[in-house]
Amino acid sequence: MRFVRRYLLPRFIQYVLVIFIGITAVFFIPRFTPSDPVQRTIAQLQSFGSYLDPGSIEAMVDDLREMYGLEGSMLEQYGAFWKRVFTGDFGVSFFQFPTPVMALIRTSLPWTAGLLLWATLLSWTLGNVIGGLAGYYSRRRWSRTLDTVAMIVRPMPYYIFALTLLILFGYVVRLFPIAGGTDIARRAAFSWAFVSDVLRHAFLPALSMVILGTATTFQTMKLIVQNVNAEDFVQYAKLGGVKERRIVSRYVIRNAMLPQITNLALALGQILSGALITEIVFSYPGLGTLLYNAIVTGDYNLIMGITAISILAITTAILVIDLVYPLFDPRVRLM
Amino acid sequence: MRVLRDLFRDYRFALSFTVLSLLLILALLSAFSPYDPTFWWHATRDLRPSWAHFLGTNSKGQDVFWQATFAVRNSLIISVIAGTVSRVIAVVVGMVAGYRGRLTDRVLMFVSDSFLVMPLFLIIVLLAMLVRERMNLVNLGLLLAFFGWAWDARVIRSQILSLREREFTQTAVLSGTKTMRLVMKEYLPFATPLVFSTLINNMAWAIGMEITLAILGLSNLDIPTLGTMLQWAISYQALLLGLWWWLLTPIVLAILLFVALYWLSVSISEYLDPRTRIQRVGAG
Amino acid sequence: MTGGPGGLVLRTEELKAFYVLDAFGTEKVVKAVNGVDLEIRENEVYGIAGESGCGKTTLLKALYSAIEPPLRLIGGKVLYVRDGEEIDVYSLGREEKRRLRWEYVSYVPQGSMSVLNPVKRLKDSYGDFLESHVAGKTKRDTLAIARDHLHQLGLPPKVLNAYPHQLSGGMRQRVTIALAALLGPRIMIGDEPTTALDVVVQRGVIQLLKSIQERLKNTIVLVTHDMGVHANVADRIGIMYAGVMIEEATVEQVFGKPLHPYTQYLIDSLPKFGDKTLRRSAPGSPPSLAELPSGCPFHPRCPHAMDACVARMPRVLDVGGAHRVACWLVEGGRDGRAA
Repeated sequence: MRFVRRYLLPRFIQYVLVIFIGITAVFFIPRFTPSDPVQRTIAQLQSFGSYLDPGSIEAMVDDLREMYGLEGSMLEQYGAFWKRVFTGDFGVSFFQFPTPVMALIRTSLPWTAGLLLWATLLSWTLGNVIGGLAGYYSRRRWSRTLDTVAMIVRPMPYYIFALTLLILFGYVVRLFPIAGGTDIARRAAFSWAFVSDVLRHAFLPALSMVILGTATTFQTMKLIVQNVNAEDFVQYAKLGGVKERRIVSRYVIRNAMLPQITNLALALGQILSGALITEIVFSYPGLGTLLYNAIVTGDYNLIMGITAISILAITTAILVIDLVYPLFDPRVRLM
Repeated sequence: MRVLRDLFRDYRFALSFTVLSLLLILALLSAFSPYDPTFWWHATRDLRPSWAHFLGTNSKGQDVFWQATFAVRNSLIISVIAGTVSRVIAVVVGMVAGYRGRLTDRVLMFVSDSFLVMPLFLIIVLLAMLVRERMNLVNLGLLLAFFGWAWDARVIRSQILSLREREFTQTAVLSGTKTMRLVMKEYLPFATPLVFSTLINNMAWAIGMEITLAILGLSNLDIPTLGTMLQWAISYQALLLGLWWWLLTPIVLAILLFVALYWLSVSISEYLDPRTRIQRVGAG
Repeated sequence: MTGGPGGLVLRTEELKAFYVLDAFGTEKVVKAVNGVDLEIRENEVYGIAGESGCGKTTLLKALYSAIEPPLRLIGGKVLYVRDGEEIDVYSLGREEKRRLRWEYVSYVPQGSMSVLNPVKRLKDSYGDFLESHVAGKTKRDTLAIARDHLHQLGLPPKVLNAYPHQLSGGMRQRVTIALAALLGPRIMIGDEPTTALDVVVQRGVIQLLKSIQERLKNTIVLVTHDMGVHANVADRIGIMYAGVMIEEATVEQVFGKPLHPYTQYLIDSLPKFGDKTLRRSAPGSPPSLAELPSGCPFHPRCPHAMDACVARMPRVLDVGGAHRVACWLVEGGRDGRAA
């Protein structure tokens, strides 16, 4: 019971509060900035060359205000906004009028989710295993070489790295397709042809994310392991003549995993952002490309929808990780 | 200075310091540029690198080399603004939270954590979209500063927390030192090295964001930065047209900048961390 | 019966172990163990006493062959005497060294607060130590052995199901000591096992050590600066100062008739029942092991210092009856005490 109170409850409250603040921010930002989305949209339309007479502009203004949820007082808007969030209605997309935003998100989300899940799992596991061994054998040459490699790869921003891969493997050495999720006119089916096509298209974006993710995880794991190595209980196990394999797995890596789980939770926001950016580079049909189109066409509803969904997804994922953590660390479990 | 000499023993510091100095020189060269960076068509377009134009010219008829000097300069300016302002915020928040403790601490840390877990990229995108016209170097720097302080606020706060337990704090408080003086005079020297290494990290992040925003078309495309240069190259299909010098220049410069900044921050923070210092001494 | 000539179980020859520190170009050498000759017998409790920073812990590490950079073995030997044979520990390969650990000699480190794996239950940690040395045991066997062992030592076997953080400091210390005795080693080395514990718990620890020694009839080498503990458990005591053994004798001899001026100060400074005179301790403070004085390291603080003391390190003299001293004063045939 103490556990629930001390550990679960604060985290759950934080979960709810962060979502609340995040969505509120999404609500308020467009309303407190110097430019009015409605005016911008009209200006954009006009810049595309269409002529609008004052009568139609007025009608448009009303329609746009309704579409962007700008009717009524601020409080009314806020209330309406929350109601819509709960029903999953983020309005209608401007970019692909009149498709509802949620529908667009629903089509793109699986692509992003797939990329994200696989890339994160793979890079976290790889990074931790290699980083763990490198940290334990930190004086060997291979460990130090890997460290230098990671030092070069890690600071790359997602965009530059993805772009470099695109140039290298899409143009210079034409191994992989440079855009899209599948070839055009390929029908979705559980056939090998379809799956392999998806994999071919997903390879470069996934590779980009996996390499960057592994480099980061590798480095942090190596550092953590070097510290854990110096811990009393590891030294003691060595003094006790415990077999090395046991020490590495049960004493070192097992303990080093704990902060890494927390680190993963903290990094999820960045990883998601990175995924979106990577998708943009490869025109991968996930939320990233959707976001890009939304930006280019000035589709506020869509952007807000994507942002809100992302906040929900990340905070939920973090909550899940928080709930799983006590399974690994008995000190938290039995306070 | 002994500190510098010791730092230079670390090959990472030496290398990154050199690269950054070179890039800084490049940025300063922009003052001598024979071309105004916002004008187009001052040279024949799409020329390969030659003696007349070191890095060739782009499709807008601009000399790539001199564009690059401005690009580096502006990107650095943005990152310095973003980095310093966010340091200030981080230090203030971290110190107040660390020193006051209890409710103030929890509230501030909650806010800070929220900034950390949220997908800031999207929120920055949203904001950038709406202030697009007003976007210049300073504004972009400030925008990024507003979002970049969260991590370091925590770092500084833990430093303050440990300092608070130390004896000299008790002595100072008992002898009647005011909070402000205590924090400024006594704690600041401890926090300064921390701040410096996180500053560099933050600068790298700021440049990364700047590039990403430019690619999404959310920057002022008339001001040459690494991001906008890249964006122009891409939108003019430099890759397909084989204008590799135009495309690679900002990419290579950006990579150099990121790696150098990262190596600098790592070598400095390792120098400051007493634990790794002992590890180094113990080898062999 | 194990043990070589004279029932020896461990022996050192001119053991020297220094810390070599190289910080940014300047080298600093800390002479923690500076020529130590020990002969430790079976079935005895050998105490090592001395102030903090005299090199006791380093000596233990050297005895246990737990030397790692920046600590280096500069010279001398450590010999385990097993079944009549002398084994030069530092000439062994890694696997052989690993085998010896815990089976022949075990170690109870200073501050046993965090020496157990925090994410594993005690029974799993016990299992790790056992299974790394004894093959062919199932999990059930291991658990039975551990429970039996604890039961015999008077510790509640149910602690095996607990995690380390659930136990009190004193219990953790006792569990660690019990773990050290698990494989019935011939030598157990303890580094300050009673420090940082309250008196009641200290008693429990000392009782445990005594009962282990009585059951296994093995050797315990105990390092502590607490002379009271030595008085309680030790058979023989070696006094260490600035990296060298300056006196070694039975407990009665050390407390009753200390010969070396430093030992005299040490004993004089202990409170005695009924004696209300002011306690004196040696003036000054111990030297830094990186900058040792010439000759006898105690001469700057010694009231009887002579020219010989400044010039050369005194040899170890056998004064008879297991009593050995390294002091020019004694060499000269005179008793250490001033008139």
